[in-house]
Amino acid sequence: MTSGLFSKFNRVGAWVLLLFLVTPALIAIPVSLTPKRFLSMPKGELSLRHFQKLFTSEEWLSSFFQSGVIAVSTSLLATFLGTLCAIGLWRVSSKYSELMRAFLLLPLIIPQIISAMAFYRLWIPLGLLDSYAGLILAHTILAAPMVLITVSASLATFDPKLEQASKNLGASNWTTMRLVILPSIKPGVFAGALFAFILSWDEIVVTLFISKYTVYTLPRRMWNGIRENTDPTVAAAAVVLIAITLIAFVIFSIMSRRNDKSEAP
Amino acid sequence: MQAFTRHIHPGWLIIAPLMLMVIALYLGPILNILWLSVTDPEPGLSNYAKLAESDALIRIVWTTVRICIITTMFSVTLGYSIAYAMVHCHQRQKNYMLTLLLVSFWISILVRTFSWLMLLGRKGLVNGTLENIGLIAEPIAFMRNELGVLIGMVHYMIPYAVLPLLVSMQSLDTRVMDASRNLGASSTQTFWRIYLPLTLPGLVASTLLVFILSLGFYVTPAVLGGGKVLMVAEYISVQLLVTLKWGTAAMLAAIMLTGVLAMLWIMSRFMKLSTVFGGAAR
Repeated sequence: MTSGLFSKFNRVGAWVLLLFLVTPALIAIPVSLTPKRFLSMPKGELSLRHFQKLFTSEEWLSSFFQSGVIAVSTSLLATFLGTLCAIGLWRVSSKYSELMRAFLLLPLIIPQIISAMAFYRLWIPLGLLDSYAGLILAHTILAAPMVLITVSASLATFDPKLEQASKNLGASNWTTMRLVILPSIKPGVFAGALFAFILSWDEIVVTLFISKYTVYTLPRRMWNGIRENTDPTVAAAAVVLIAITLIAFVIFSIMSRRNDKSEAP
Repeated sequence: MQAFTRHIHPGWLIIAPLMLMVIALYLGPILNILWLSVTDPEPGLSNYAKLAESDALIRIVWTTVRICIITTMFSVTLGYSIAYAMVHCHQRQKNYMLTLLLVSFWISILVRTFSWLMLLGRKGLVNGTLENIGLIAEPIAFMRNELGVLIGMVHYMIPYAVLPLLVSMQSLDTRVMDASRNLGASSTQTFWRIYLPLTLPGLVASTLLVFILSLGFYVTPAVLGGGKVLMVAEYISVQLLVTLKWGTAAMLAAIMLTGVLAMLWIMSRFMKLSTVFGGAAR
């Protein structure tokens, strides 16, 4: 279509909207630099005391550590289970496997509050409330669909003839999987692992229900800080989170660009 | 074993671990909750009857539905505009736009909610600026009311609205629009009569996706509503964590779940579900 007045107007509008999406989050940066003891915009003087507090406070550091442990474990477990499952669904590819795929995607779309209820309900009798295992299992179930999606997308471009060739040349199922299938779906597996990590690292609704004292993740501590709405350490934590998001995003972009290049004919 | 593998594809063996885990640890308790909605505190439909009797409950459900509808309308309209601009500009500009969209998509919900808290409060940056330039004398109440919840939710949902629309617009055959122009239609006519109907599947998918996600939204309404705007998700959490009443909460969850599954079913008629989420994952 020719680019008319409407199109140009709309493009300007779209840029304004996109800036509206990103900029509000940046307000955490000035607030985190305030020299005052309460949440405020700094006037003139800047101070790093809230960052200092963030990185010396035992509570915040333990939350960083706990969130890290839970997110890494979730990412590994979800990637392992999700990748196996995606390959299985791809191999079977029947009416039933498509139904199963739709079923396994449900945790991603069912409202989180309902998932939280479900885990809370079952974790009580299983004694998993407020434990690492409980959080990792719950987050894995929520994150595995992500891996399923990214790995399935990679598998969709994989040539099944390569698998047949490998088998004809005498490789076992396991060897074929390890040496032929896995290397060619690597981008999907890595993307899935990254998404699973972020999902767990950020998860708050389910965490609010199934953790209490022993496990106090970073989102949980931020949630508390936001509800109390006084301590500027929350702003410093928010800045650290934004920085981590941006780093993860850059890694992801570089990775996918490299893949695009290697895939291009 | 031979007979077994003849009937069941060996692929199911590696599907099984995740499948069994989701069935046992997720589907199980969800079914249990549905069961609770008709058995707790006593067997029967008493929980569902509350929906007709209790004014407070009706108000909560109505608030939720109303906020979700308004959020969806704004997010999808604004999302359509963004997606349209992205499809109709140069690759380079499109990449920049996509970067901004994905960065906002990736920034933690807690960080964004915290930012809105700083911006919209009585002494927040927005009110402060408006007062300084003399536009307003009294601070505007952006928070602890539906306006604040709507701002926060629309801001969160826009990227979700854009992604299915983008998938749908990118797969259009642009020659159809050229044909329409060649046959004498104006660009406005072409947009309303050709372009919009052709992107309808994406529009439906995007609308339902945003509506579903809004329904169970917890964080933003709880913080920006400040206890004044009670939505279903927050009500459920209070019922379970404070008053320990499973019956009513289970009933609300059952209704929400039925609604979500019905909408998913409609959505699957218009678009392959994995494409919608696949778009979201990229």
